Amino acid sequence: MLKSYLREQRTKKDILLMTHIVLGYPSFKESFRIVEEMVEAGVDIMELQIPFSEPIADGAVILKANQRSLAAGSTVEKCIAFAEKAIQTFNIPFLFMSYYNILFKYGVRQFAEVMAETGLKGAIVPDLPPEEGAEYIEAMADHKLAPIFIFTPTTSMERMKKIAGYADGFIYCVARRGVTGADTEFSLEFQKYLERCRSATDLPLALGFGVKEKSDIDFLRGKVDIAVVGTQTIRIVEKEGVDAVGGFIRGLRS
Amino acid sequence: MDNRGYYDGFGGAFIPEILVATFDELVDAYMDAKADSGFWREYEQIMSSYSCRPTPLTFAGNLTEHFGGAKIYIKREDLNHTGAHKANNVMGQGLLVKRMGKKRVIAETGAGQHGVATATMAARFGFNCTIYMGEVDVERQRPNVFWMERLGAEVIPVKEGTRILKDAINEAFRDWVTNMDTTHYVLGTACGPHPFPEMVTYFQSIIGKEARKQILELEGVLPKRVYACVGGGSNAMGIFSDFMDDPVELVGVEAGGEGLESSRHASRLSSKDASIGVAQGYKTYFLQDDDGQMKETHSIAAGLDYVGVSPILSHLKETGRVRFEAAMDHEVVDALSFTIRKEGLIPALESSHAFVQAFKEASELSGDDILIINQSGRGDKDIFTVADAFKDPGWEKFIIKKAEGYNA
Repeated sequence: MLKSYLREQRTKKDILLMTHIVLGYPSFKESFRIVEEMVEAGVDIMELQIPFSEPIADGAVILKANQRSLAAGSTVEKCIAFAEKAIQTFNIPFLFMSYYNILFKYGVRQFAEVMAETGLKGAIVPDLPPEEGAEYIEAMADHKLAPIFIFTPTTSMERMKKIAGYADGFIYCVARRGVTGADTEFSLEFQKYLERCRSATDLPLALGFGVKEKSDIDFLRGKVDIAVVGTQTIRIVEKEGVDAVGGFIRGLRS
Repeated sequence: MDNRGYYDGFGGAFIPEILVATFDELVDAYMDAKADSGFWREYEQIMSSYSCRPTPLTFAGNLTEHFGGAKIYIKREDLNHTGAHKANNVMGQGLLVKRMGKKRVIAETGAGQHGVATATMAARFGFNCTIYMGEVDVERQRPNVFWMERLGAEVIPVKEGTRILKDAINEAFRDWVTNMDTTHYVLGTACGPHPFPEMVTYFQSIIGKEARKQILELEGVLPKRVYACVGGGSNAMGIFSDFMDDPVELVGVEAGGEGLESSRHASRLSSKDASIGVAQGYKTYFLQDDDGQMKETHSIAAGLDYVGVSPILSHLKETGRVRFEAAMDHEVVDALSFTIRKEGLIPALESSHAFVQAFKEASELSGDDILIINQSGRGDKDIFTVADAFKDPGWEKFIIKKAEGYNA
């Protein structure tokens, strides 16, 4: 179970790191090296994004990565094969992240089945609110996979509790309004939001959107269980190359 | 949101969590307005004083005589302010924005009609306005960009993806998830997450309400068939909705582009190339590959060049209530040319798709039968596109000379 793994890790570390990559960007070969760098640098869990042509929750950097990956010929089958190889090679939990149409076209039940066979632990589907996800939630439960749902600063306490009832593994708390890749102000108001998240559920909390440097992680320590670094590693790869990823990740928690 | 806007499995509200509260607010505002009998009166009042409602239903005597079959009537949505049915939806949503107390509107636009309409509404109501438009469309519809900017809107060319309407919708959503506290997204067609398909249809239903009343006054009988072009589907839903319970055949005409076998088209309901999927917040037929990635679409008419279609129309396709056909680019240019010559009417390239199909069928029907074609917009403002479509040599010379004037 993802939840118990995360709780166990938390007894060893004061904050866990989840990183995100877009599969097939810049290429599948480089994607694999990025995973390797990240795992060796001590990342605790990873989300592997299956690219989609219409990623409405993602900002410019991840959007471009999705488009480049697709233009280079990425397919869902190649992404599943990549996940299988990563899971066989590295001993951390992996999640799929994608938009609902990818699951829908694959067949939601078949998708859950192939995730379980491949050894993935759960999925994040940002355009699937629980109200639309009855089949997904059931299929994920049947295969003991964690459906990760999302809290945001605009989510009421009543709704947070409802969402937590459908979720497993952890809750992904979005730090702010907007799409991925923009800056987040880690303010007092933000801290209150995290307190609301904390009181709405017993599940581990992950915080993402705008987390990009050590000071962000320092701020989040003690407030959430997992810090999520997404866009920033793509920027690092684009500017400094794959080899710079490990150093960047190590620097976040040092 | 308890009612998620499903039409036998099509529709829904597949929205990122950050927007859930915004959609709840919008649904409440829309339901309140709908329940308020004064709201529709206020809407009709503004549409009659600021736009040109009721728009006429014009008898096309020369076309009728030419085809020698059914009597052809044309619903004149081109006579709306800004030249298209888009004004109906935009002014209606503008009234809702006032009720919600928001100060900024954003919109996507393909042909530019919806962008121009939104920009006029924003100017009239005193809202800030940002319009997202695919870079390809900015190039082919430059005059509309000029007017949007004159009206005070910021026009942002979208350089991502296929750089057309769907990409403009994605960018508008990205703006909205950032600025929803101050901003309303004026979605231009009967697509997207609930309540947009229902709400846009509600405002556009003014077309069908008028047309039904007008034909009964003029002829005393209902039409045999009603034709409308289908991009997202708002003008079609608008004119169809009041005939839904009548024995009237409803015909939606999609962009056949270079032909249904060519893959260069935007026919979701009349080709075999589309399949059911979920994107841009709703479930419908999309032109997509087996993995669920959206395909490139093509049409001579920017306003029909879209991968998805109203979930309500997908539902009406499945039930058989609406018949869907496709018109090819060259047929559209011929029908436009013919309508200009015969009636002195200038339909938009989008609307001309509906004319193509009506012309194909008019002569099969008897003189007692009536057809109504929805002329959803006017073509004269698209002079650059239309002149290119006609390959008009005099126009080309003029443009070259004009450009030389700027370089001098």
